[in-house]
Amino acid sequence: MVTPPVQQTSPTFVGMPAFPEAAQRELANTQQRQNLHRATHTIRAKRAAVVGEVADWEAIRVAGAAAKDEALHHLGDYLEQLEQSLTARGATVHWARDAAEANRIVVDVARAKGVDEVVKVKSMATQEIELNEALEAAGIHAWETDLAELIVQLFGDLPSHILVPAIHRNRTEIRDVFLREMGNVGRPAPADLTDEPARLAEAARLHLREKFLRARVAVSGANFAIADTGTLVVVESEGNGRMCLTLPETLISVVGIEKVLPTWDDLGPMLQLLPRSSTGERMNPYTTMWTGVHEGDGPQEVHVVLLDNGRSHVLADSVGRQALRCIRCSACLNVCPVYERTGGHAYGSVYPGPIGAVLNPQLRGTTSEVDASLPYASSLCGACFDACPVRINIPELLVELRGTVAEQGGHRAESAAMKAAAWVLSDPRRLAVAQRGATTAGKLIGKRTITRVPGLGAWTDARNVPTPPKETFRQWWARERDTSGGEAGPRGRADGIPKPGDGTDAGGEA
Amino acid sequence: MGAREEILARVRSATADVTTESRLDATSRRSEGRVPAGRRNPSEETVELFAENVADYEATVVRVPADAVAEAIVEQLRSLGRRSVVTPSGLDAGWVDALRGEFEVVAETDATSAQALDVIDAVVTAAAVGIATTGTIVLDHAPDQGRRALTLVPDTHVCVIREDQIEHDVPESVTRLHAEAAHARPLTWISGPSATSDIELQRVEGVHGPRTLVVVIAGA
Repeated sequence: MVTPPVQQTSPTFVGMPAFPEAAQRELANTQQRQNLHRATHTIRAKRAAVVGEVADWEAIRVAGAAAKDEALHHLGDYLEQLEQSLTARGATVHWARDAAEANRIVVDVARAKGVDEVVKVKSMATQEIELNEALEAAGIHAWETDLAELIVQLFGDLPSHILVPAIHRNRTEIRDVFLREMGNVGRPAPADLTDEPARLAEAARLHLREKFLRARVAVSGANFAIADTGTLVVVESEGNGRMCLTLPETLISVVGIEKVLPTWDDLGPMLQLLPRSSTGERMNPYTTMWTGVHEGDGPQEVHVVLLDNGRSHVLADSVGRQALRCIRCSACLNVCPVYERTGGHAYGSVYPGPIGAVLNPQLRGTTSEVDASLPYASSLCGACFDACPVRINIPELLVELRGTVAEQGGHRAESAAMKAAAWVLSDPRRLAVAQRGATTAGKLIGKRTITRVPGLGAWTDARNVPTPPKETFRQWWARERDTSGGEAGPRGRADGIPKPGDGTDAGGEA
Repeated sequence: MGAREEILARVRSATADVTTESRLDATSRRSEGRVPAGRRNPSEETVELFAENVADYEATVVRVPADAVAEAIVEQLRSLGRRSVVTPSGLDAGWVDALRGEFEVVAETDATSAQALDVIDAVVTAAAVGIATTGTIVLDHAPDQGRRALTLVPDTHVCVIREDQIEHDVPESVTRLHAEAAHARPLTWISGPSATSDIELQRVEGVHGPRTLVVVIAGA
């Protein structure tokens, strides 16, 4: 089998430092940490409340995972069926092997329509391929219309969360950027704008409305693409999605090939899982479903770009492919103790948090510094797996990926230390010798604390090394309970290890 | 090799280890044999739950007997101070007549552009399906609901739903929509007025979609 190619790291993230380095910089931003703490804890509580309302949540998770697995395991068949359904309903289907190809297709369609601007629905796939930059390079303005994406765009910033990309900004920062930047790209913000969220949302409504009403081409992604009917689904809150999907004459949707669902009925579990996991609502305010071209209603020219860009590479790994079930709900980000502190930028990709830590190294390979470090950007606490609505076992994947990184020689010192430890721990005599060595050191050090060990700089910067004991447990046992004939003496050797052929395991009861 | 062939070849090679049978053939047969589900009345608890959950999104909910719907619509629009209203081509003629008495009524066919809709205060529509556990209204944009722009651009949406259109949960609603071939039409699922929590996660009702949503539940 020829392994399908990985995704090329997009220009924005080329040369990103390893996660620990980037994380350290982010941790110094106390405003951001405060915003993130508040935000993640709020969504966490909301999610827990609405998930708790559903009696058979676990059964729905299983059904959701099964639907995605069915699509992924037979992806070739379902993609062909999707294409056929879409084409039969008047849509034009394009295929894109990578980001450059997808961007070219979108730019060509927009050019053919003779426009110099497009309105955009928030979409992870188009962020991944950096479509906005490609459109700008072709002289076409791409207006983000989701409020948070608009904020990020006005800041010239990068999103830091899948669902609430401007989570790292507070209301005062947002008011300032609205006042400063809106006028440069369209209707200015009212001069008396305050930092009340309702006033800020109103300013965005007015600013964007003129763009919606005049736009002739829209670009979207899709949350789901249903193979048996050819229906695309966009799940949103603000109505900017409906505006983009309804008003323009031409609609281009960039859809990752893993977004396929086999049948219409699979929407049953998905539309229960996604809103509750994502925004912590029983249902999101608006969901739009369209099936090709609907005569007299909405865009009369509908394009769908099916995007690979490393997904088939992920699919080729029989364990790793479960990451493609991801429905981009961001529940794993909100429960992650690491994400909560570092925020999204340290992950060096549009996919941050636990899912990013497994998805990016699989999509892009583990050769870059940041991708090789991402599998370690976790404490393996498992909260992400519990929260995942499609049961992606993120901790399992992280451990797998650490194995991949270790095998490619990523962490040489650690791997040498582990080998030495294995050699010592695999033989009780070697361990006893090593422990005697440690107690000797312990006697020399006494009550002092070891704050630095030469050669372990990064490790001991933040930690003290435990002072070795003056006596090991085995030595204590041998001293206290002399086994050469003592009354409480256990079966076995003087060092407490059962003799071979004792006929019993330690602690075993007949 | 073209992009299509190459992606399909990559995907097939990537899944060469899969030994399970695809559901694909079985499901397409099942869909073909479906018959539309019959209308049956939901339990009072289901209707109550629907009303409660819609109201929880800060939408206005009123329950009236079928013969009092026209009056309820007029009353709601009046108390909101709306002056002009656009009506879908297939909207109940009795409701339209009642509106004519008090508001400037614009027919769907006379408001063909988004700009024209932008200056109209409100829209009145019927609905296709209601979902009780989530407080959701599904529009399938049949003639009594009008094309999608109608329920998007005006700032107030008054939506009338019959009790027998309310299903208890999401899966049965999804199945019902399929049985009624609703996927052949565009669908809009509406759960409360438009909202955003993008600024410090504080929920703000009303961004781009109608900021005021009134749901009239019509009894028997």
